[in-house]
This record gives sequence, structure tokens and C-alpha cells, in this order.
Amino acid sequence: MRIHQKTSYDDDINLFEDRRQALWYLALVAGAALLPFAVSGYFLGEVTNVLILAIAGMGLMLLAGHTGQPSLGHAAFLACGAYMEAWLNNRGVSFLISLPAAGLFAGAVGAIIAIPALRMSGIYLAIATLAMGIVAEDVIVLLEPYTGGVSGTFVGAIRLAGFEIDRYGSPSGFYWLCLAITVLVALGYANLLRSSTGRAFVAIRDSEVSAKAMGINIARFKTLAFFLSCFVTGLSGALMAHFLGAFNYEAFLITISIQMLLMIVVGGMGSIHGAFFGAMVVGFLPQIITGIRQQITMTAIPGLDTGIFAAILVAMIILEPRGLYGQWLKTRIWFQLFPLARRDLFRRHKSYLKTERLK
Amino acid sequence: MSLFAVDGLSKFFGGVRAVDGVSFEVEEGEVFTIVGPNGAGKSTIFNLISRFYDVSAGRIFMDGKDITDIRPDEVIGHGIARTFQNIELFEHSTVLQNLLVGRHSRRGTNFLQNLLFLPSVRAEERAHRHEVEAIIDFLDLQAYRDKMIAGLPYGVRKIVEIGRALACGPRLLLLDEPASGLSVEETQDVAYWIEDMQKDMGLTVLMVEHDMSLVNQVSTRVLALADGKPIALGTPAEVQADRNVIEAYLGIEEEAA
Repeated sequence: MRIHQKTSYDDDINLFEDRRQALWYLALVAGAALLPFAVSGYFLGEVTNVLILAIAGMGLMLLAGHTGQPSLGHAAFLACGAYMEAWLNNRGVSFLISLPAAGLFAGAVGAIIAIPALRMSGIYLAIATLAMGIVAEDVIVLLEPYTGGVSGTFVGAIRLAGFEIDRYGSPSGFYWLCLAITVLVALGYANLLRSSTGRAFVAIRDSEVSAKAMGINIARFKTLAFFLSCFVTGLSGALMAHFLGAFNYEAFLITISIQMLLMIVVGGMGSIHGAFFGAMVVGFLPQIITGIRQQITMTAIPGLDTGIFAAILVAMIILEPRGLYGQWLKTRIWFQLFPLARRDLFRRHKSYLKTERLK
Repeated sequence: MSLFAVDGLSKFFGGVRAVDGVSFEVEEGEVFTIVGPNGAGKSTIFNLISRFYDVSAGRIFMDGKDITDIRPDEVIGHGIARTFQNIELFEHSTVLQNLLVGRHSRRGTNFLQNLLFLPSVRAEERAHRHEVEAIIDFLDLQAYRDKMIAGLPYGVRKIVEIGRALACGPRLLLLDEPASGLSVEETQDVAYWIEDMQKDMGLTVLMVEHDMSLVNQVSTRVLALADGKPIALGTPAEVQADRNVIEAYLGIEEEAA
């Protein structure tokens, strides 16, 4: 059993609890960086996909998980990033400029969407963003001169500081690029959460009335949350463009938006870790299911793999509403307290019932 | 000049005159209490001052400045913090984080600095924490510092709400029924804290309260309301002896009886 003794305010301000935890995360990043030397090109591609999904997940998590503004149309912002990246890349713009531009474009669109969204919350906001996601599919097709319409568009290799990075030509280079961006986004996200901006987001999620009374400008911070969320999602979209190589509007259908939401719910709402766990589930689980099914029978029954995937997800949400990250925390505490953990340690109990009255 | 004043404050919901021409002034350093039966318009006055409701008529002044038309999030900038009758804490955060949100109006860094967590942000976080720790010590919340609000008993939540309002660093503190739902001992603690806020911290308190023992113990002056209209103003003893107040609470005495 390990007891962590806090001795200064910095213990609560620092990113990591103690040196031991920092070393674990360092080892994780180092392990991830060395992965291309250990695995095949195919598997590396899958891991790259998971990283890109995790970035998108962090984008949505900031908005839905931390600011409490659900979005069912986030694939539209993936599309903003992807098409902007493709458009700039095909005009010979360096990745150093096109990537931030893709993010800023998606962020700007998000900030504009935020203006009507400020007046909505909960289920109404979810429906409005769902509608936006559906409209976005048509807008992509209509903007044919820029997006290639139904037939889609191609994107060339990434030009970065004299190097040409291509998903197939140099899979390791592309993987490292995605890994670097993932780490940077996660760091920025964690920094926000441990400062006043992040606290303002969480305050808006838990009680808008109180947040106002504490001097938080709701309109400004919701718009900021939309901007940051869509910016990060746009970055993910730009990387996704290079991952796909060629894509059309079908890469950003409403099902992708729902998949993103699913990802953060299964991963664990309201935690950065949740975005990563969720990306792993969405990225790997269907492959694992198909792999196991192929061991039993090679004949594919339409819908079977997806059905099993869906059943597992439903079971996960019923058994652990706080997601995989919640399960991870429980497991960790079980080991930390070993052998003193009690069975009902995490049983949720309501100490009193909150009334429906607002004030 | 008084610290805070409302002049002819009125709020009509359709035909209902929830607050009807209420005027009062709160002097710097006093504990001013508003009492009245249910539906007298006490909480509505608080919501008008916090700018959650727009006034139907009348003006609100803080420190000589007219704050009748500002946004709710600007109220704290004028030095007014409040608590809520039916606790409005951030449920899925710890006590410490709740109190730190109280420091929001004193933030000196923007989101870009936060994103990079520059040394100035760390310095600010330490300073906020220092302020918040003083409040934790004052209100004896040490044991609950890292506990989630969602698991805390009612009494502690009430205290955390007071702490969060104090963390804003206000000059005028609005307490909406601070003793409701508290035990006798907890109410006594609240009374001592209000005295300390007034005498040691130099705060001015505007309070709505039903518990007459608390009102008597801490109030400098009391305003009694009934049906949105002021009926008596004076020291706690004067107001309790006032014929109109007795009528409002107990009904008109039958002469024949």
C-alpha cells in the first residue's frame, strides 16, 4: 500500500502526482515511440489510426465531457480539417502551415456554430448538432470545386522541413508525426484542465447558474470550448486526410459523429484518458472480433461482426457507466489498497436528494 | 454614503407583484437581514441583485454605481458574491476545486497562457490556492478538501457554498438562508462565522433567513417583507415587536376572541 504525502501546493498543481507516475508516462511515450521497430507495417497503420481517433476524441471530450455540451455532428469538423488540409497540400503549402490552418478553419466554423448553440443545452443541442452533421454531408458534395464533390479528393505526401512523409512510403515517419501531435494535444489539454480556463468549463457543465454567479462569462467560455474542441478535431481531420490518402464525403457521415461520441462514452466521460481508451476500443475491437470470427468460420455473415461489437459496447456501458477509465481507476485503487479494498468501496450512494427548483 | 442600496425595486411576473417597491440601504460593515413569510419576495430580491432576473422597476446601486443593467457575471466584479438557497455547487468536482472556481473573477491569465502553463500561471495557481487555504482554515473544511461534492452531507455543502462565495473576495456577501436544513450546532457555527466575517474580515452581509435565533444573534438591522412590500425596518427586537410583522406571520387578531 502506497501513501502519497502532499507537502506543497505544487503537488496539486503539477501534471503528475509524483516522480514515479511521471516516469510511467515517460515510459509509455518512449514505448510508443519505439513501436515502429517492433511491429509490422499493417499493425503500425492501425495504431496510427487509433492515435488519430484519440485526437478527435480529445476534441469532443473537451466539449461534451468537460463543458457539458453534447455534439452529435462532430464529423463535420473532421471534414473541415481534412478538406482544408487536402486543399492546401495540393497547392504545395508546407505542413507546418497547412496543419494549423486546418485546425483554425475547423475552430472558426465551430465558433460560428457556437453562436446559435449558446441558446441550447442538453438534448436540444444534441439534435441541433445532429442536424448540422447531416447538412454538412450535403455541403461537402455541393462545394465540388473545393471538395471534389461525390468523387472526392486526393491528398499528397506531407511536406515537412524538407522531408516528404507518406503514409505508405514512410509509415514510421507518419506514425511519429501523429504521436507527436497526440502528445502535444494531450499536454495542452491537461494544462487547460489544471488552470482557471478548465475549471470554468467544468463549472459551466455542473451548474450554469453558479458559474454566472462566480463571474464566468458563459457565452465567452462556451464559444471558447467550441473553438478549442473543433480546432483539435480539425487537426485530427487533417491527419485523417493523409491517413486515408483519398476520401469523399462518406468518410464524414453522421455515423462517424456517433462513433466519436460512443468512443468518449465507452472510454469514460470527463477524462483525457477516456479519449484514448475509447479510441482503442473503436480502433481495435472490430478487428479483434473479425479475427476471432475468422478462426471459427471464414464465411462472413452480414452484420454479425458489427452486431457483436455493438453488444459488447452495450454491455460495457451497462456494467461500467463511467467507462473504461473508471474501471482503470478502480483497478488501480484495488492494487494500491491491497489487500484492504472492500467490495462496496465504489458503491454510489446519494446522501440527499437535490430538488428540481433552480434557485 | 451607504455601501449598497436598492431604490423602488420591483419585479412583476405577469400579474403577480413578487417584489413591489422595496427600498433599503446597507451600511458598510453591517449585517442586514431580510425576513418574511414564504412568498414574501426575499429570494426574488437576491435574484434581482445577482441579475438573474431583470428588474421591472427601480434601481440597484453598489458603492454609488448603478448596477441595474449589468450582466450576471459582472456582478462579482462589483464586489458582490452570493450563496444559493438550494445549494448550487459543482457536483463532480472536489471542495478545493469548487473554492478555486470562486477565484475566477480574480484570474489574471488568459487561455493561451493556461494552455502553455507558463510560469505566470503556476504563480497565479499558487496565489489562488493560498487564498483558498485561508478560507478552508476559517471554515474548518480541511477534512473535506479533496472530497467530491457528490458524496458530501448537506451541512457540509452549505458551508462549502459560503466558502466559495468568500473565495470570490467580495465586499458584500449575499447569504440566502444559510441556516436552512442545518442542525442547531451547525447553525451556531454559522452565527460565529458571520460575526467573524463582519468583525475580522470587514465584510458587509446581506442575508435572507428564517431562523430567528440566528437573525437575533448576528443582525445589525432587519427588514421585514410581506407580499413583496416592506412592512418594518429596525433592530431585530424592534421588528419582532412590530404589529404589522406579527400580523403577517400569525394573521390578524380577532377582536371578538
